[in-house]
Amino acid sequence: MILILLIIIPLIGGLAAWILGNRNSTLSRLLSLAALALDAILLISFWSNSAIQLDLSRGAWLIEVNKPWVPQLGITLHLAMDGLSLVLVALTIFLGIISVICSWTEIRERVGFFHMNLLWILAGILGVFMAVDLFLFYFFWELMLIPMYFLINIWGHENRVYASLKFFIFTQAGGLLMLLSILALYFIHGQDTGVYTFDYSLLRHTALSSQAAFWIMLGFIVAFIVKLPVVPFHPWLPDAHTEAPTAGSVVLAGLLLKTGAYGLLRFVLPLFPDAVATIGPVMLVLGVIGIIYGAVLAFGQTDLKRLVAYTSVSHMGFVLIGIFAGSQIALAGAIMQMVAHGISTGALFIIVGIIQERVHTREMGIMGGFWSAAPRLGGFGLVFALASLGLPGFGNFVAEFMVLLGSYRTHTVITMIAASGLVLAAIYSLWIVQRVFHGKRQDGLKLVDLSSRETGTMAAMLLVILWLGLYPQPVLKTVEPFLHTLQCCASQGGPAAIQGGGK
Amino acid sequence: MSIADLKILSPFIILAATAVVVMLTIAFNRSHKLTVILTLSGLVLSAASLPLVSCTLPRLVTPLLMIDHYALFYIGLFVAASFAVAGLSYSYLEIQQGHREEFYLLLIIATLGCSVLAAADHFASFFLGIELLSVSLYALAAYLRHSDRGVEAGIKYLILAAVSSAFILFGMALVYAESGSMAFSNIAAFAVRPGAHDLLFLAGIVMILAGLGFKLAVVPFHMWTPDVYEGAPAPVTAFIATVSKGAVFALVLRYFTLIDIHYHAPLFAIFTIIAIASMFAGNLLALFQKNVKRILAYSSISHLGYLLVTVLASGPLASVAAAFYLTAYFITTLGAFGVVTVISEQDRDADRMDDYRGLAWRRPWLAGIFTLMLFSLAGIPLTAGFVGKFYIVAAGVGSALWLVVVMMIVNSMIGLFYYLRIIVAIFSHPEKEDKAIAGLSTSGSMVLASLVILLIWLGVYPGPMIEIIQNAMHF
Repeated sequence: MILILLIIIPLIGGLAAWILGNRNSTLSRLLSLAALALDAILLISFWSNSAIQLDLSRGAWLIEVNKPWVPQLGITLHLAMDGLSLVLVALTIFLGIISVICSWTEIRERVGFFHMNLLWILAGILGVFMAVDLFLFYFFWELMLIPMYFLINIWGHENRVYASLKFFIFTQAGGLLMLLSILALYFIHGQDTGVYTFDYSLLRHTALSSQAAFWIMLGFIVAFIVKLPVVPFHPWLPDAHTEAPTAGSVVLAGLLLKTGAYGLLRFVLPLFPDAVATIGPVMLVLGVIGIIYGAVLAFGQTDLKRLVAYTSVSHMGFVLIGIFAGSQIALAGAIMQMVAHGISTGALFIIVGIIQERVHTREMGIMGGFWSAAPRLGGFGLVFALASLGLPGFGNFVAEFMVLLGSYRTHTVITMIAASGLVLAAIYSLWIVQRVFHGKRQDGLKLVDLSSRETGTMAAMLLVILWLGLYPQPVLKTVEPFLHTLQCCASQGGPAAIQGGGK
Repeated sequence: MSIADLKILSPFIILAATAVVVMLTIAFNRSHKLTVILTLSGLVLSAASLPLVSCTLPRLVTPLLMIDHYALFYIGLFVAASFAVAGLSYSYLEIQQGHREEFYLLLIIATLGCSVLAAADHFASFFLGIELLSVSLYALAAYLRHSDRGVEAGIKYLILAAVSSAFILFGMALVYAESGSMAFSNIAAFAVRPGAHDLLFLAGIVMILAGLGFKLAVVPFHMWTPDVYEGAPAPVTAFIATVSKGAVFALVLRYFTLIDIHYHAPLFAIFTIIAIASMFAGNLLALFQKNVKRILAYSSISHLGYLLVTVLASGPLASVAAAFYLTAYFITTLGAFGVVTVISEQDRDADRMDDYRGLAWRRPWLAGIFTLMLFSLAGIPLTAGFVGKFYIVAAGVGSALWLVVVMMIVNSMIGLFYYLRIIVAIFSHPEKEDKAIAGLSTSGSMVLASLVILLIWLGVYPGPMIEIIQNAMHF
């Protein structure tokens, strides 16, 4: 029941924020905050429950609900949570709260509707992270798009109509291919066993010919790597991230990209272990290209927000490598990267938003010397830029280190090239600090330092990213059982076969 | 014909009787309100008689009509849709000049024609149904005589419908000459006998298909659609887009499933080409339109293309998919044209993009409804259109029709562009503050509200509807 509540609360909170927010915008902000806080309390009480801790070590679903939805088609309302979902759900709620707070003064028009969209996106994302019925998964996958589309289209910046359209079409295209794959799987399983079902746990054991498995997997992969995004499916990302309002960028970078990675972990690896072995090397190469390409393009930007957007492309390359490298350490690193990137890039987007709210531009040419005017902003800017470049002590370091460590033994060359991404990251991150915070301030440019609300937001994010960097064990321990379930499939020739092929 | 037969025909008889009663009432007492009430109660009565009839089915009443659950389901759907059209028309016609009452008379007769089509099992009833429908539609399309566009639409529809009827008649003659029968069951038996591939018979079938293609507005018989959609009054356009096409589609599905298009390779190829061409032509041409009614017209061409996938897939799953998709499409299209209807003014329909710019901030509820309808047309979750599209793709994948299914996916992407364009307009910031906003009529808002509830209900919890359809689709 708690799983359904987690999704329902933001949905209802969003509706309430919209209806009541017509008159009083503060009320709608408070309502959204309250809904997410309620979710957070639910989740924390669930996580700290001792029985759950025990279950966690066994690696099964911690909790699940399974209710019939459309019995004629074998569709069930099947939600479940394991360690991986738990971590990502926690990230979703955390970033959700942050994004409500960070739009406190930025959004002044149609506040109620804004919060409804924001909360509905979060509900969709929560659904994606918990659905284990493939129809339900697709349902949530599509559901989170529409409010995101509105968020960019209504509250975005200059070029918002173009960006929102591009975003929508790219992700829809991927989604529809996934739908084909889901249906193909559904019918193959149904014709083999006579049981027509969309249930993940049953479809997992579908016997597929290697050719069918390959094509079906391709449908899934395209949907997920468009979302991730992987070069060459990334063009929607810089536009969408740049044009979205701050909260939209935070949710996009912090959560929406992670749904792609989550899909790869949850569906592609377990469902198609053999086909993954065939396509793994291609994915690794794409990952490396993404790392280098994203970093180089980031360096070439003059728009600060676009720069941060391109760093996402680069960082997501590490996730892709981690997922397909075929070692447990790399996989754990990929998951760490999902969480750490969500927070560090989210923080960078908030900083960009704060700057834009004050000086009304994102052009780096006009910026410079902000440190002296706003030391707190400068300090946080520096810290998160360092986190983003993977300085030890921050979560990103742990993540990227684990990915590189895990993939080094099997894919030495790939890993070496990927590691150069760290150097490039250092260049563009320090470049941001140099251009924005140091140097000479333009005349007449006034900059107010962070308010206590903004300081609080930044501090909270800083604490989390430091915690991830200094003591990542809780997260790693939570996702470890999930990795073991992958390992059990690997023994039939999954990632192990990649290892064999790599040597 | 026995008493039992008459009893089974009661949905038809009630419709016909309503038409007579409405006509006589108009002769004695011309009152818009009274006419609408009579029309609506006639439709309700006819719908109410459906469950009473359903216990003794299926039954062939005279050689002409096959009353089975399939027919009853579609009759119910058509009657319900006509109910919605009548409800929407009331407020639309109220602000128009001239005689308004005959509109409902024509509407009922057209509905009767559609019901006959859904039950037709013989060329005679087939043709009767088509003509009942078409003749009423000419008049309906040109109902607002002061509007040039309306008259143009009426004439265009008249000429093309006449041509298509000629095609159908010629085709029937050829089929009859070859098979020696006009009853569907006999023709079907003739069609699937071993070695049934003679040319004249096929030519006849294809000519019938061409005639039906006009009614369905599928490529290459689609040219009239945008003009008629644009010119006809909005509620009539809603009727043409839904009930009229739905009835012809119900017939096509029944007839071509009987003939078994899988057995006739040329027919299968023709259907495949028509389906794919309709998807592409509808969606690509819609991209270039500036008029909302024309966009919806082209979009309907592509939706019929999607629907034809179910004819190709032909099987129990496919006919359920078709029925569900049609239901969803009815709700959505009626809702979309319903919004167009209620914001139309006396002198012209609200069909320019500008009429919708900033609608979300002027009339949030209407804008919300229109947005939902467009999302449903695009097949986005939470709406009936999503489940419908899912069903058709499932039927296609189930029959391994990879080509058409992939084409359908590609077209869904293209379709998004223009649906989103309208949505962008709705949510854009208004340039000028608008003139005073007229209140919504009660009948219009009630119809729209119930359509929205249905749309979301079918999108979120389609189980009960699927069960109804599955029970109905054993033919």
